[in-house]
Amino acid sequence: MSRYSIFSLARNALSGHRNWPRQWRSPEPRREYDVVIVGAGGHGLATAYYLAKEHRIQSVAVLEKGWLGGGNTGRNTTIIRSNYLQDESAAIYEHALKLWEGLSAELNYNVMYSPRGVMMLAHSVHDNQVLKRHIYANRLNGIDNEWLSPEEAKRFCPPLNIGRNIRYPVTGAALQRRGGTARHDAVAWGYARGADGMGVDIIENCEVTGLRRGADGAVTGCDTTRGFIGAKKVAVVAAGHTSVVMAMAGVRMPIESYPLQALVSEPVKPVFPCVVMSNSVHAYISQSDKGELVIGAGTDAYVSYSQNGGLHVAEHTLDAICELFPEFRRMRMLRNWGGIVDVTPDRSPIIGLTPVAGLYVNCGWGTGGFKATPGSGHVFAATVARGEPHPIAAPFTLDRFRTGRLIDEAAAAAVAH
Amino acid sequence: MTPFRTPAGGRIDRGKPIRFTFDGMAYTGQAGDTLASALLANGVHLVGRSFKYHRPRGIVAAGAEEPNALVTVDRGGGREVPNLRATQVEIYEGLTAISQNRWPSLKRDLGAVNDLLSPLFPAGFYYKTFKWPRSFWAKVYEPAIRRSAGLGRAPKAPDPDRYAQLYAHCDVLVIGGGPTGIAAALAAAEAGARVILCDEQPEFGGSLLHDPGATIDGKAATEWIAESLAALGRRDAVVLPRTTGFGYFAHNFVGLAERITDHLAAPGARQPRERLWQVRAKEVVLAAGAIERPLAFPQNDRPGIMLAEAARTYLNRYGVRPGTRAVVITDGDSAYRAALDLAAAGIAIAAIADTRAAPPGPLVDAARAAGIVVHPATTIIGTEGRRRVHSARLAPVGGGPEDHVSCDLILMSGGWTPAVHLFSQSRGKLRYDEALGAFVPGTSAQRERSAGGCRGTYELDACIGEGHAAGREAAAAARRSPAVSATVSGDAPAAPLPGGERSSQPGDAERGRDVAGEGALPRRKIPKRAFVDFQNDVTVKDLALALREGFRSIEHVKRYTTTGMATDQGKTSNMTALEFVATSLGKAVPAVGTTTFRQPYTPVTFGVIAGAARGDLFEPVRRTPIHSWAAENGAVFEDVGLWKRAWYFPKAGEDMHEAVARECRAVREGAGIFDASTLGKIEVVGPDAAEFMNRLYTNAWTKLEPGRCRYGLMLTEAGFIMDDGVVGRLAPDRFHVTTTTGGAPRVLHHMEDYLQTEFPDLKVWLTSTTEQWAVIAVQGPKARDVIVSLVDGIDIARDAMPHMSVRLGKVAGVPARLFRVSFTGELGFEINVPARHGRAVWEAVHAAGQAHGIAPYGTETMHVLRAEKGYIIVGQESDGTVIPADLGLDGMIGKTKPDFVGKRSLARPDMQLADRKQLVGLLATDPKVTLEEGAQVVEDPNAPVPMRMLGHVTSSYASAALGRSIALALVSGGRARKGMKLFVPALDGTAQEATVTDPVFYDPEGKRLDG
Ligand SMILES: Cc1cc2nc3c(=O)[nH]c(=O)nc-3n(C[C@H](O)[C@H](O)[C@H](O)COP(=O)(O)OP(=O)(O)OC[C@H]3O[C@@H](n4cnc5c(N)ncnc54)[C@H](O)[C@@H]3O)c2cc1C
Repeated sequence: MSRYSIFSLARNALSGHRNWPRQWRSPEPRREYDVVIVGAGGHGLATAYYLAKEHRIQSVAVLEKGWLGGGNTGRNTTIIRSNYLQDESAAIYEHALKLWEGLSAELNYNVMYSPRGVMMLAHSVHDNQVLKRHIYANRLNGIDNEWLSPEEAKRFCPPLNIGRNIRYPVTGAALQRRGGTARHDAVAWGYARGADGMGVDIIENCEVTGLRRGADGAVTGCDTTRGFIGAKKVAVVAAGHTSVVMAMAGVRMPIESYPLQALVSEPVKPVFPCVVMSNSVHAYISQSDKGELVIGAGTDAYVSYSQNGGLHVAEHTLDAICELFPEFRRMRMLRNWGGIVDVTPDRSPIIGLTPVAGLYVNCGWGTGGFKATPGSGHVFAATVARGEPHPIAAPFTLDRFRTGRLIDEAAAAAVAH
Repeated sequence: MTPFRTPAGGRIDRGKPIRFTFDGMAYTGQAGDTLASALLANGVHLVGRSFKYHRPRGIVAAGAEEPNALVTVDRGGGREVPNLRATQVEIYEGLTAISQNRWPSLKRDLGAVNDLLSPLFPAGFYYKTFKWPRSFWAKVYEPAIRRSAGLGRAPKAPDPDRYAQLYAHCDVLVIGGGPTGIAAALAAAEAGARVILCDEQPEFGGSLLHDPGATIDGKAATEWIAESLAALGRRDAVVLPRTTGFGYFAHNFVGLAERITDHLAAPGARQPRERLWQVRAKEVVLAAGAIERPLAFPQNDRPGIMLAEAARTYLNRYGVRPGTRAVVITDGDSAYRAALDLAAAGIAIAAIADTRAAPPGPLVDAARAAGIVVHPATTIIGTEGRRRVHSARLAPVGGGPEDHVSCDLILMSGGWTPAVHLFSQSRGKLRYDEALGAFVPGTSAQRERSAGGCRGTYELDACIGEGHAAGREAAAAARRSPAVSATVSGDAPAAPLPGGERSSQPGDAERGRDVAGEGALPRRKIPKRAFVDFQNDVTVKDLALALREGFRSIEHVKRYTTTGMATDQGKTSNMTALEFVATSLGKAVPAVGTTTFRQPYTPVTFGVIAGAARGDLFEPVRRTPIHSWAAENGAVFEDVGLWKRAWYFPKAGEDMHEAVARECRAVREGAGIFDASTLGKIEVVGPDAAEFMNRLYTNAWTKLEPGRCRYGLMLTEAGFIMDDGVVGRLAPDRFHVTTTTGGAPRVLHHMEDYLQTEFPDLKVWLTSTTEQWAVIAVQGPKARDVIVSLVDGIDIARDAMPHMSVRLGKVAGVPARLFRVSFTGELGFEINVPARHGRAVWEAVHAAGQAHGIAPYGTETMHVLRAEKGYIIVGQESDGTVIPADLGLDGMIGKTKPDFVGKRSLARPDMQLADRKQLVGLLATDPKVTLEEGAQVVEDPNAPVPMRMLGHVTSSYASAALGRSIALALVSGGRARKGMKLFVPALDGTAQEATVTDPVFYDPEGKRLDG
């Protein structure tokens, strides 16, 4: 694998960029692997990367029904933060955030992690209470999060309307300065290139259609559109389609799948310095490096596998954007799309072992799992490699829905993204 | 007349000159011009700079597909729009247009240095560098990249304009008002269908508008258009110009964006700027036409190089000569028509270079007959000219001597791409047509049919034929509702073409695809760039690099190179890129696939999607019948859900703290009056009402007698507290259920959901009555004395009407449901009267209370009083993780009931743990300190971070009655910790000490409930 740097870029410029090697191969699947990962999203690819890198398991295949990174990884609004309420969540998202900070160097691939600050707005006494509760809990967990008055919020984000003339005036904000965004495709590609470089086979256009189990009940491999692929362990990381894949092994998942939408404006010169989220009026916005305003919308009200949400969902979001940022009203929507998100009853992920021996699952990240990508892959790789949960992953068992030991992030505030 | 205007012809109004400015320079155009045609008429070709390399760019197209000519139009006062296509901006007197992405000026742009450095900026270069040192990305590199990216500038002031929205239904919606669409609309309307016809352009006619020789039914095209529109008018069809069909959603739901005032010099004060049509159509006819493809030859991006059909449009429709001496480069026939028209208008055609070996057909013959030199098997290998092309270099396709041809205009034509965008959005399956070299509609997924150019039919008579057929069939299908089955119209055989000719456009095997691409080029040191995506500066080499680096999927190539991701969404570039990738990989085009077509077709203003939803219309404001009284009496309001609630009633000079303390004293010592109208109310009625209540609430209802009330607790399926409220039984089959203010809709949904899906056998009706009742709470030891004189027909004596009972009668002469309930711990009544009497009854009670020192109080006082009593608020003491036992409410659970929602979940092991967070009281050691709500509770505030947290403060107030601060908290194993000292750390590193107590601070025996 050739190293990327300004020097290699300059060197290659001299030869007309004709000598760059491919970033990853397109191998034919082998007959068997130690670990087969289902789903080449960011989480699946990160899992493969850390399996190879930290656990020296290189006989790994990542099977992807479409193109790698084409699921929610390539569709999300890339908000990264770690200021979650519950201790267990804070631990895993903070683990991820620390990895984000060094990820470009780790992968030798610029993932453009941009800690420009994530600001969550409050619009009522109740919102203030909820956000402050987060701040108090975060600070004692060692996670930065601070309270801003409306005026301070405006200083941090000049386009914000803090006038009293709007329907739900801003009453304050919680700011995590280390929060921000990253380039979603680069995350998938960087992990893919890194994993491939260590011998992992990434196999695209390869849909898993069945999970086979041996006489002892343990998994033996996957049926795919490119034939049977044997595996000692199978790790399912299929986001919105996890229930479908797990059902192939007879495991029923506590997951509902919904379309979640996002949209971007046409690109404009820098106007929006940070990320702003408002959970009570449903607005999530930042500006990409290309200049597009990136806006997260809500989920449809009903479960569905259709990536086409309704226009009313975008409408509701743009209502909120135009209310909070009235100068954007004349901006224009360039693209609008959706992804299928996997939502658990407590809005927290499921990471770990399953009732089927050799079968592992990492899912349930719902509307907000991009930010967890490095952390999720890291602890899941350890879990798969060792056959027991990594300590940070341990609370996120599938079993918790039976025991009732839920990690409820929806409880205090149903925060998307 | 301007220098490049033809002496006659075109659709412009030559009698109406219009003045406008571009980058501060004054120009004149004619009514009917677009900004692009008016600039060309003035000889202005350099109109923009490209995104990445800041290369000088000119006008390429004449419509929505324009990639280069992006401008900002500024009307002043926040009325500023960036990134508009000059080809779609209609000029008006005083129009101010400004070029973008250049500094200091369009002619001298310092950003052009990027062009010199371009070898350093191949596709995806930013993924490979800027990683070191770590902190530099966010601080140095990224801000620099951000500054150079972006196109125009976002408006700086709030948009003062108004937007309208409407919903419409029709039998047949026709999108696209060219010959096909008009024919379809007419046929449908004549068959009796209710028709909506829309077109993004100001004028109907599409390609006919620049085809002056065309005839239909023996009439001149313009005459046919006028007659057809008149006929549609007579049949009450809705005909919408300047209206883009931008999104095709499920169940034939189509979004149309209509532009109403942007083309006017002085819009009427009452006119909305744009209007959103949300159309539910029984049938849709797509007649969106086709888009010409550029060719990817080296240096194909200079001003003066445009699509052949665009040049023809400027000439015939706008009366503009886009140049004086043209070279044409083509791989098909249609460019010949442009050449012939231009030649006839006196523009010299220096040469037609045709990549086909032996171009056949009547148009080629006609060109030769007109004296135009046609070079077969010839391609273009380069161009010259900085701000305007001045020559073309032609060479044989297979290599050979090159020919330097001077010119100021190059027309290119790489074939046609059917506009299948909406078809694809409708989830229809595309089919690749080898002969056409294009994707066309395959199997439909919705009730829709495509006709004309957007399904690859280009010949005029055929288009009219298909349009007619589609309109007729759509009208017939609309009468058969619902659809018999999904239509497969895309696959239907095309209407027979006169003379057996499939198309007058290129598409035959002889088409010289990709010869103009990199492969055919002689090798040289710094090969000239052939642009595929003009706006994003993506070249053939960039695509090649992506493939070399292992990107195989077209989606990857697109994302890595950004081809097709500019504001034109690849309308002119996607197919070129796709063909290049397919050829390079040695695959068939359909095997490489096509990227998804996402809505919107062209960009849509945020404002028109948001519509009227601003300020008070953002979400409806709900006000109680007593709101006006509260406002008149100085209340400060707070937002609770959609409601405005009176928060407190300050008297002159009082701050919130003082007002609340006074209100609290009034209630504890005399009487207070409180507007509780926002509480959700649901009437649960029917023979199975009690059974239904048994299943939805934890409590047992069977034995509750009519006339009595009970505090009801509702759980989610997972066993967590979802809502609560007092429920009165009015009759064996009728319950008056109250919910929390914010929870009302959620609770009704929850009930309906269960009733309809789980318990359909139960005979129960649910009706929301929240807004039917005004609720006036009178609380305090004097409450009975206050209302006694107003009550009619109810004995409210202590024993006749005990705590938790409900009676029907009259209050202040109005029929009322009178509840004896308390959320303050004092003797209390809640008077429910029909909403329209709410204010009058309130005033009557208030007047009657004067003798008893009655005071109106708001939600803050209500909160303090209930906290003193340890009464919970759902959403504050509970947060979705709390079960009844955590709050000491196990008593509310009907233990003997066979089942209720949440029961099974309560049996889970985790629900039995002793360390669950339990509701307790917290008394700060310093009584003057009010702990902050949301603050965490810990054992040792000096423990290292991450620190073990036991729970958090849920409610905290200064209590007037107790003369000190009080707080409620959820604390792990809290009940066992009573008497212990814990700590509440503040954000500044200090911590407050507090003692764990019982959550009931005031009148623990509940004696005061009876007054
Ligand atoms: C519109 C939108 C906005 C969002 N915004 C944010 C945000 O701002 N911040 C944030 O943190 N998160 C956000 N998210 C959530 C985030 O995108 C996801 O939680 C995260 O990307 C999930 O990553 P993943 O790798 O698990 O899933 P994916 O990237 O979806 O990967 C799963 C892969 O599995 C493949 N697959 C499925 N079934 C099979 C099969 N049978 N065989 C083979 N392969 C299969 C899929 O094709 C897919 O590539 C958003 C999501 C959406 C849709």
